Parts: sequence; structure tokens; C-alpha cells
Amino acid sequence: MSDNPTFEPKILGFCCNWCSYRAADLAGTARIKYPTNVRIIRVMCSGRIDPTFVLNAFALGADAVMIAGCHPGECHYVDQNYKAMRRYGMLKHTLRQMGIEPERFRLVWASAAEGQQLAEAITQMVEEVRKLGPLAWAANWQENGQRIEALEAIVHEHAEAMEVLA
Amino acid sequence: MAERLGIYVCHCGSNIAGTVDVEEVARWAGTTIRDVVVSRDYKFMCSSLGQQMIEDDIGQQKLSRVVVAACSPHLHEKTFRRACANAELNPYLCQMVNLREHCSWVSTDKVAATAKAKALVYAAAERVKWQEPLEPMPVKVNPNTLVVGGGIAGIQATLELADAGYHVYLVERSPSIGGHMAQFDKTFPTLDCSACILTPKMSEVGQHENVTLLTYSELEEVSGSVGSFKVKIRKKARYVDEAACTGCGICTEKCPRRVIDHDFEAGLGYRKAIYTPFPQAVPRIPVIDVASCIWFDRGKCRACEKLCPTNAIALDQEDKIIELEVGNVILATGWQLFDSRKLPQFGYGRLPNVFTNMEFERLCNAAGPTSGKIVLRDGKTEPESVAILHCVGSRDVNHHEYCSAVCCMAALKFGHLVLEKTKAQVYSFYIDMRPNQKGYEEFYQRLLEEGMHFVRGKVAEVTDATRQPAERGKLIVQVEDTLLGRQRRIPVDMVVLMGAMEPQPDAKEFGLKCGISCSMAGWYTERHPKLDPVATMTDGIFIAGVCQGPKDIPASVVQGAAAAARVQGMIAKGTVMIEPIVASIDEKACSGCRICNNLCPFSAIEFDGEKKVSRVITALCKGCGTCVAACPAGVITGAHFNNRQILAEIGGALWDASPVLEDARAGADEPADEEAESALSAR
Repeated sequence: MSDNPTFEPKILGFCCNWCSYRAADLAGTARIKYPTNVRIIRVMCSGRIDPTFVLNAFALGADAVMIAGCHPGECHYVDQNYKAMRRYGMLKHTLRQMGIEPERFRLVWASAAEGQQLAEAITQMVEEVRKLGPLAWAANWQENGQRIEALEAIVHEHAEAMEVLA
Repeated sequence: MAERLGIYVCHCGSNIAGTVDVEEVARWAGTTIRDVVVSRDYKFMCSSLGQQMIEDDIGQQKLSRVVVAACSPHLHEKTFRRACANAELNPYLCQMVNLREHCSWVSTDKVAATAKAKALVYAAAERVKWQEPLEPMPVKVNPNTLVVGGGIAGIQATLELADAGYHVYLVERSPSIGGHMAQFDKTFPTLDCSACILTPKMSEVGQHENVTLLTYSELEEVSGSVGSFKVKIRKKARYVDEAACTGCGICTEKCPRRVIDHDFEAGLGYRKAIYTPFPQAVPRIPVIDVASCIWFDRGKCRACEKLCPTNAIALDQEDKIIELEVGNVILATGWQLFDSRKLPQFGYGRLPNVFTNMEFERLCNAAGPTSGKIVLRDGKTEPESVAILHCVGSRDVNHHEYCSAVCCMAALKFGHLVLEKTKAQVYSFYIDMRPNQKGYEEFYQRLLEEGMHFVRGKVAEVTDATRQPAERGKLIVQVEDTLLGRQRRIPVDMVVLMGAMEPQPDAKEFGLKCGISCSMAGWYTERHPKLDPVATMTDGIFIAGVCQGPKDIPASVVQGAAAAARVQGMIAKGTVMIEPIVASIDEKACSGCRICNNLCPFSAIEFDGEKKVSRVITALCKGCGTCVAACPAGVITGAHFNNRQILAEIGGALWDASPVLEDARAGADEPADEEAESALSAR
């Protein structure tokens, strides 16, 4: 839990060149104001995002990661955002097992016309992550109730799975 | 040998400098980021002076990498790449940082914005060190073009290209070109006879030496990429020998099997089993409809064969697959009409005198089923009152949210025809009146003067359930007249529903075949809705006409011509440069797992059965990078977006976040991100 009210999360954002990057551009052109906490990295397609990019971002100190891409059915490269969606689902599950709260990893669909929506999604995410506090792995291990809960759930699942085999 | 970076932070007047402390960012970059040789700030980097500054520094300071922190790369990436190229630095060794749209314009907090700017500059600086020189690849452009769809947009595109001296293959699914425009009676606002303005263009196409007309044919397969597409077209069997047929029409006259014509006559008229869709059809070669032909049904008749003076009937004909090579493809596949039965409150299909707009066009048409007389379903009674309902299926959250662009004008046109041809009163029930092009508003004024009645209200119901004796035998239009502020029940004899334009039922599937996608509404996605409405995200595939979105005839013609102009530009140039942002597979390291093969929507990855490795077909690769991310062995490299570059970018963006980086910078010689990156690459 965050005891520092002025904690500014550092969030890494991946935007696909065609829709979401242009949505971010549009938010700028329309002078929509949103928190500066998300640092955007451009890729050609959300399908380019290797899970190791996300893991690396957390490892290097990001408090949260956001992936933004074209709406399903509207991917510039036809259906590669579905692959991003699959990887996101897998990563979310894996990250939770590592003790990373689900609010720290988010997938947003934003078409090139949705600058306002992207700005709102970023604003919301920054606030959620601010409440969670910094992702300081070692330090938060004991204090963060949600992490304990996640660990307990994993232990429980594992025990159940072992029962079946026995 | 270390790289030599030049960092340029643009003020963009006060657009960036008003919020981000650009001088501080430039100073900080020069002292904090490794390998930075030059770090400047300047008022307008995109100006010729700004570009000159970069070019001079590249020459004098021997820069090997350039970072320009300014606006969005979508605006000026080309500008700064060109500046580098002018100074003989490979353009792909330049990286832009978006300090304006993504930073200064979205924040009022100067401290936070400056901190974000620093992180973004660091990210680009780390990334650019790993960027490699790349060369765009030239591809020859085949001067032949494929146009799919023989409506007005496709016809215009075809004629523009053919007249310019280039060969066009025009593929049309139905037996004749002409599209929906051939079904109309008059066109707004000039009230030209639709067929009279269309058929000269149709004839020209039919006779043009540079056009190969493939009607009753469908595009089955597209492969390849811009400049050299390979297409497969199925020429469906007409069961008529085109070379021998003279178009005399005896076969049609003598055919004993008559069926309802659901296509051209919108279900109001008849045709024979062997038929041409309309008298001015191009080509005027009939087609046998297998579903209704007696010979194909039970082996009898063959009247057409017996009576044909040139023995042109060929009942054993088969579909033919034609393979062609073209440089570009223009899709002008048009639209279909909304099925008004989906709105049962209007009674279409249940109440006989409720008509669709297409049915009404056929009634008005002098060559139509009633020879141009506007009559009720019984075929003889003239209506005394006609109601025209706007927005049937359009502007409707339950069906199509969009406006179909043409129906208000078509409704005015119908109103005029009713007033001209009958003594009936005519009512328009509208939500808004949208006569918004040249001559349209004047046409609306004309109809106001001619005495057409306009009721502003969306009709709730069309019913034959009468409440008073005066209403008996009529159709009652129940509507809230929003200008009067009252409910009204208006009895009429005939109701015309202005049905929406809808994408073709197989539009999405067909688009995917060509490598383009549709919007949520089902219209083809253009490259940019404002600035590039006829190109698609797939180079070499263009769209024109209503398949891109509802529009009237002039707009369709313009788009057909625009697409043709784009194609002509490419043919004239002779080669097209493909961006070198493509994937490549290290064949020595590939294990042949083939996970990447099915990930590519452009079929750009092939499997070499002998060597048992996968290979990227560079000409087809669009550079999305999905295969790069998916390869479990990490042997696919995405040029200009490879792992090292992106991981370095991540490291730079988080320069102030990681305790690892700070410790490393405090003492070590190696940049910290390389440490993290090499740890990860040991997988």
C-alpha cells in the first residue's frame, strides 16, 4: 500500500504505429490533458510485443505496463492484435503468480480516432497504480495484502492439483 | 567503436518550449547520456535552417546517429530522414522523439513534462545506438491493373486507366456491368436519366482496346504485393459461346421458363431462365441461370440451343479459372440494400403497398415492370398519396448508426417524380434534411415550391389497422410531428422506405482475401479518412465508391478517378520503393518448429521442406513483427524494430526508475541497460 501520497508511478506504454499511437497523437492535437506518467514506445503492431519486453520493463523498475493496440477486427495487419490479446492473457496470469497486481498490467484498444478514450484510460490507470504504490519487489513482499493473497491462491491451486494425481 | 550521437531538441515555437524546458533537456542530454557528441536546442527543427544544422553537424562532427526530439514522427520522420540522407548518413540511423503530441501538449505541469521529455529522449538515444543502416527495396510495377466491380466507380477507374494507355482487367460478378446506377430512373439533382448518362461509359468500356471485360466472374485469390500481384479469377459458365453470340435475343424471347427477377427488377418484374439483365447490358451476351433452367433441372427443352441462329448455346460449358499478373488492384465492389423486413413496424413484406427505394426506382423507370407508371402493388391503381420514410435502417442504433448519405436527396427525387407523374400528394418523413452538395439545397427548395409535404419526425409505425372510417383501405403512417409537437396519423395509399446502403454480404471476407480490413460498420478501411480515402493500408490495393462508405454518384466517380490516378502515378514511375521494415529468419538457427508460419496474415512465411527451416518472403512481409515476438528460439529479426533496439528503448525510458541502472552508472563502464539486456538474451 502506498504511504506516499505524491508517489508518481513510472508506467511504460507500448503503442502500435497505426491506431493507438495516432490516438495518442490525437489526444495531443486536441490538447487533452492527462498525467505524464506513461512513457510511450512505438512498435509497428501490438503483435510485436514480446512478453519479455513486459517482463524487462517491470525488472527495470516500471511500476506498471500498458499495451495499446487497434480494436479487434481493425488491426492494420489484419488480426495480429488477437495474438497480442493471447499473449496479454498469458502474461497477466503469469505476472499474478509473480505477485504483480493485475492493475499494473493493462491492455487498451484505441482506434486512431479515440484520443479522448486513450487519455481517460491512461488517467484511470495512473490513479489505480498510484494507490497500489511502487512496484518495489522486495520491499512490498511482506506488506502488500494482495500479494499474499495471490501467493496463497497459487499454493492452494498447486495443492489441489497434487491431490488429483495422488 | 562508440557511436557519435547528435541530439536536437525542438522548441516548436512555444508548442514544446512553453511546457518542456527544452534548453534543460538539451543540456542534460549532453552531459548525462553516453556517446552524445552534440546536443542542441532550436526553435524550429523542421525548418530548412534546422535541417541544415543537422546536416552540418553530421559532416563536421562526424555524427553516426541522430535523435530529433520534436513532434510526432507521423509528421516529420521523412523530413529528418531526408536531412540525414542529404548528409550521407543512412536515414534509418535517425530517431524521432515525440515531445509535442505526447508530452508538451498533454500536460500543464512543467516539471513533470520536462521529466517525461528527458525519459523519452533517453529512450530514443539508447534505441538509436542499436539501429542499423537499411535500404528501401525497389519493386517493378506491372502496368496492368485489376478493377473489381463494374459499377460507376469501377467503370470510371477503368476508363481513366485505359484512356491513359494502360491495360485494365475489369471483373464484375453479375452478367453485366452498370451496377446499381443502371437500376435507377433519374439521378438527383439534375434529373438526368440514369441509364442515359451511364450507358455511354458502359459502351466505352465494352469496346475499349485496353480493357479486358470479365463479367459473370469473381475474384477468387490474390497473392503477391504491390507492383506484382498474382490473381485468380473464376469466369463462371454462361453456357453461351461469347465468340459466336451476336446478342440477337432470340433465345431469351423463346425461353419457356419465366421467373421473378430479384436482382435487377428488385422482385417486381420477370426474366427468363436465359437472360440479359437489362436491354443495355454490356456485354449483351446472355447467361443461363442454372437454378431456373428446365434443361439443368430435368433434362428437357433446349429451345435456346435449337433456335440460336449462330449455334452459340454451349450447355456443356464449364467455369474457367483465369490467372493474371497485375501491378495494382482497385476494389469498387459497391453495396447492397438494407432488408426492410428487419423493421417489421413498417410493414414491408406484409403490407403489399409498402415499397423499398429500389422497388420504387424500378416503378419509375420507363423500361421497368410498369413502364414507368407509379402504381400500387396490384399493377394498375394510381396512388392518391405517397409517404416517403427516411432513415430506414440508417441512423439507427439497432441496425446501422451511420447516415447513408444519399437517401434524403433520393427521397426528394422520388417526391418530384410522384408529383410529376401522378396527381398524388407526397409526404416526406425525415429526421434531418441533408441536401449538402452542389445543387442539392436548390433541389430541396424546388420541391418545397412544388408542394411536397415535409414532416419532421421518425415514423413509429405503418399500419393498416384503421381507427376511423376515413382511414379504411389506407396505410396509416403514425408519426410524432416534432415541429408541431403532436402525434399524427396520416393515411396514404403507398409507402416508400428509404432503406440504408449496406456493405456487400461478403465484404469482410473479400477484403481479407486482398489483405485489407473493414471498419466496425463494414466499409473498407482507408489509409486516412481525411487525407487518403482511396488508398488502403496495403500498398497496391485501392478502394473506390460506396465500398469505402455511403456516397452519391459524383463522389463515387471522383474516387474511381482518384484511385486510377494513384495507380497511374505508380505505373509512370515504374518502380515502387518498399520500406525495409521486414522480418528475416536466421536459417542456421531456425529449428523448423513452424510456429511462425500460420501467424502471418499475408502468408509471407514459407517453409523449406528440404532444409526444414522457415523463410520470410521479403516482398510480402509488411513488418508487423508478430512472428519476431512469437519465435521461441528468437531467431527472427524485425528490421528497425529488433529486440535489442526495443529493449534499449525500454531501458532508456526507465532511466530514472531502476535502482539497477543507477548503481551501474555510479561506477561501471558498461551502460546498465546492456547488462539487463544481456541477462535476458541468455535465454
